[in-house]
Amino acid sequence: MKLVLRIIVIAISLLLIWQLIVWFFKLPPYILPTPYSVLKTWWIQAPLIWTQTKPTLVETLLGLLFGALSGVIGALLLISFKPARLWLLPILVISQAIPTFAIAPLLVVWFGYGEASKVITAMIMIFFPVTTAFYDGLRRTNLQWLDLAKTMSASRLATLWQIRIPAALPGLASGLRVATAIAPIGAIVGEWVGSSHGLGFLMLNANGRMEINLMFAALFTITLLTLLLYYTVDFFLKRIIFWQTERS
Amino acid sequence: MLNSPTIIIEHATLRFRQQFIFENLHCEIAAGCFTCLLGPSGVGKSTLLKMIAHIIDSHDATVSAAISTKPKLDLAHNIAYMAQTDLLLPWLTVLNNALLFDRLNKSVSKEKKAAAQKLLANVGLADHINAYPEQLSGGMRQRVALVRTLLQDKPIILMDEPFSALDAITRLKLQDLAAELLIGKTVLLVTHDPLEALRLGHKIFVMSGSPATLGEAIIPEGTIPRETTNADVLQLQGRLLTQLEQAQAAA
Repeated sequence: MKLVLRIIVIAISLLLIWQLIVWFFKLPPYILPTPYSVLKTWWIQAPLIWTQTKPTLVETLLGLLFGALSGVIGALLLISFKPARLWLLPILVISQAIPTFAIAPLLVVWFGYGEASKVITAMIMIFFPVTTAFYDGLRRTNLQWLDLAKTMSASRLATLWQIRIPAALPGLASGLRVATAIAPIGAIVGEWVGSSHGLGFLMLNANGRMEINLMFAALFTITLLTLLLYYTVDFFLKRIIFWQTERS
Repeated sequence: MLNSPTIIIEHATLRFRQQFIFENLHCEIAAGCFTCLLGPSGVGKSTLLKMIAHIIDSHDATVSAAISTKPKLDLAHNIAYMAQTDLLLPWLTVLNNALLFDRLNKSVSKEKKAAAQKLLANVGLADHINAYPEQLSGGMRQRVALVRTLLQDKPIILMDEPFSALDAITRLKLQDLAAELLIGKTVLLVTHDPLEALRLGHKIFVMSGSPATLGEAIIPEGTIPRETTNADVLQLQGRLLTQLEQAQAAA
């Protein structure tokens, strides 16, 4: 409950600063509208915004799901097979060196105008942080635990399943948190490059028609969506990985 | 359970980079009793224990030894190892931690689970069976580790300073518990605490020098765990402390 309160306080302060900037610099509404007018637009245009939020939400969730899955599989491959480590790791780094923005148009060409290309854009952005976070966790198993497992003549698979993977879950969780925060960006980028629906599409359209209020309302929605997603995922991760309690 | 064997260590050599920590060491660890290996830190006693347990990380170290048992056993499958830290897994309950060996090797049988519950109750953890390690004190955690070691049902127990991280009173209690529960097993206990060696050891070897050698076995009288107030224990403790002091000064 404290968290909700904190978010509300932060949101109100930010809105207040925004309002003050508009007043102080006497900015015209087509440069920076007041938060009040944005919220008003958000309220009036709610049905439109909601219909455009649904596809973006679906793309984000699917991207998150497939990105996280492929990240987990990637990390397990890296830890289990030496050739995978030698060949896959450089490829992984290369895949991240190529800016997703630059290849997003290509993805639209390859995977179509629909949702698939957006899901894949999100997936590409998520895959890397999840893989590296989980792989790092898997590599850093307490050596003494591994020694103990060895004296118990445990098989590699049993050791991986019973010790290495659970020990790496806190690492995976931080990867997933990062992934959750960037997944909506992936979907939006995909929509900007080519689509006929979604919040990214709505933003681009509103911008083109100089409907700055609507653009900001869409932006506001994306922020809300990301926050909601992040704290939902965080909530469940904390409960699943209960042994890593936070100490301040 | 198998009859506990004698462990025979021959030609044990440990070289770290260019330096011999010990060379051509011979040692016999008697069947069915407590042997304590006492020595200052860095003398290589833990490494000797790890050689028997087959968990040497031979990265910069060169190790070699001929280790056998009488009667002949496959050493790797007949030892249980207990380290200085309890090594409990934080995501498993006390009960599941105690059953780790079975969890790693096969599914846990009903009988084994019952045995674990009984043993945990015996060491005073009946109310904590479903607790997580984080909720326990250091002494309780090491008791779980002791139960875990016992549930492996192995004739040889290798202990690497298992009680050194505990406070004095808890340490005494756990020594009593170990003496009671590990009866009849071949136990090798590495320690730097003379009192611990004297309370638990049927036989005590002092390891010192560089390269390290083993002294004549000290065989104190009486049954274990010996009382801390025992005159023999106190006198020997004084002697061993002096010996260790000299060894440390020489190093």
